[in-house]
Amino acid sequence: MNAQPQRRKERIDRGIKARAETIYALSSLEELAYLLGPRLLFIVGFLALPLILAPWPYWHRVALSVCVLGLVSVSFDFLANQVGLVSLGGAFFFGVGGYTAALLNTAWGLPPVLAIGLATVVGAGICAVLISPCLPLRGIYFAIVTLMYPLLMTRIIEAADILGGTEGFRGIAGFSSVWTEAYGLILGLLVGVFGLRRYLAEDAGLVIRAVKENDQSVRASGISVAGVRFKALYLAGLLGCFAGAYYVHMYRSVGISAFALDLSILPIAATVIGGGGTLVGPVIGSLILVPLSEVLRDFGSLRIVVYSLVLAGFVVFRSEGILVFAARKYQQFERWVEV
Amino acid sequence: MSGTGPILELRNVSMHFGGIRAVENVSFRVEPGEVVGIIGPNGSGKTTLINCITGFLKPTRGKVLFHGRDITGMPAHKVAQLGITRTFQIMRPYHSLPAYKNLVVPLCSPRARRTGGWRGGGRHGDRDTVALDILEELGFERDSRVPFQAAGTLPTGYLKRLELGRCLALSPEVLICDEVFSGLSASEIASLVPLIRRINEQGLTILMIEHRLRELFQVARRVVALSYGEKITEGPPEEVTAHPKVREAYLGSEEEGC
Repeated sequence: MNAQPQRRKERIDRGIKARAETIYALSSLEELAYLLGPRLLFIVGFLALPLILAPWPYWHRVALSVCVLGLVSVSFDFLANQVGLVSLGGAFFFGVGGYTAALLNTAWGLPPVLAIGLATVVGAGICAVLISPCLPLRGIYFAIVTLMYPLLMTRIIEAADILGGTEGFRGIAGFSSVWTEAYGLILGLLVGVFGLRRYLAEDAGLVIRAVKENDQSVRASGISVAGVRFKALYLAGLLGCFAGAYYVHMYRSVGISAFALDLSILPIAATVIGGGGTLVGPVIGSLILVPLSEVLRDFGSLRIVVYSLVLAGFVVFRSEGILVFAARKYQQFERWVEV
Repeated sequence: MSGTGPILELRNVSMHFGGIRAVENVSFRVEPGEVVGIIGPNGSGKTTLINCITGFLKPTRGKVLFHGRDITGMPAHKVAQLGITRTFQIMRPYHSLPAYKNLVVPLCSPRARRTGGWRGGGRHGDRDTVALDILEELGFERDSRVPFQAAGTLPTGYLKRLELGRCLALSPEVLICDEVFSGLSASEIASLVPLIRRINEQGLTILMIEHRLRELFQVARRVVALSYGEKITEGPPEEVTAHPKVREAYLGSEEEGC
């Protein structure tokens, strides 16, 4: 490419993209398909997943793990790329949601649906309140302190022997059927992703983006930056706690492993692979990472090496993330022009 | 709340950063509807003073009163909600958002929702339209692409107006301008001066920090002069510029203000 410096690559929007941007998209099926195609592919794909994988119960489980990691990753992506808070507290959200659901189910005898719902709403509140003292922190400092939360929880539960201690809780109610289990989770994921995207497109979402761009201007506009961040933290907590609560009911037990750091770290990888800031990207990232990790089990101890190589490959060759790359190819074409 | 007293009053405001006395014992009053200028050489504490008034800094000593009510140390967003807004000397737009969306943000604030924001337009009608109305008032051609361009791509002149727009969107009582004329060409300033006069005529009290004295004196009737954080004098522009201490502060400043 560099051999011919007098030429450069030019990117131009595809005609159909421009046409499909306005109300005129409604006038032709082709443009409607162009506009809705990717979204439908994503939604229908996820809804079809349990049906396709029905003959293989093992992979069916893997698909549900994809959704669980997907939810936590979307929560990470939302906080990091939309709100500007790089949070490593994913495992904290997950654990709080999980333990809350377990308590609600075992102590109060709430059925799974109610326990999950309540654990999501209440758990997110608990997380937001507990993390809120760290909101004045920025960048790496916020990341480090939020990383402490899941670690701290593990130690507290161990040392104080509360919440079942190292044993955790067992005998938590499961789901009535495999289908309810699968579709409840998938619906949760879809509602979470598209709900957040919708929210960001509203004026309230605009304020969130403004806080990330310039918090001083937001303060000067009479809006409490801490308030906006708290709200965002709660929204992210909803996704994380839902994932944790659901997981606990899927596996019918909970222990201190719910606060394992995997769920703080893996979302970063999923977001990098899938494309940050898109909210859908992290789900795609999970869709690649989780099955990959399963396939690599055959490699034994070399597993982590191959896994890391794949990750490094993505960072080096597609650092923008799959979804950002794909969206560009979908919306624009490239050509060489003489300078 | 209103009445006849000063709209804004500073009583012995001091701001120290460790051993550095950025602002020392500054007192003055601003009457409703006035345009007051604050002048002083670089580093004389003008911006620090603004930060103390608007809640971006908590003064070490002294009091800031708004309509006689003590607002010292109130958080910045609360001060803005009361109706004291400010522009930033170094413009702080939301770079990736289109210009008009920059104004939708303040229109989402509790104050704009309560008062309706700029000319009450925020209560009815959608915020995008109100934002475009404000921008049109500020000289963004509505039919052009300018209001829809990302703020990061706008030239300085537009960004200064965008700063003003962000303040006006809140329908404030007091507007504090931190060097809106700096970095602008003479013709751009010439178009801003009537705009500021018009804003003042709509009933806003304006406090202006400015280095461009000649242009400042076209709008400000009263000037407060600072040097090394202390108020050296205040009064009508002619008196202040003739004051020996002001001349000394500007170091034989016959050229200043040109």
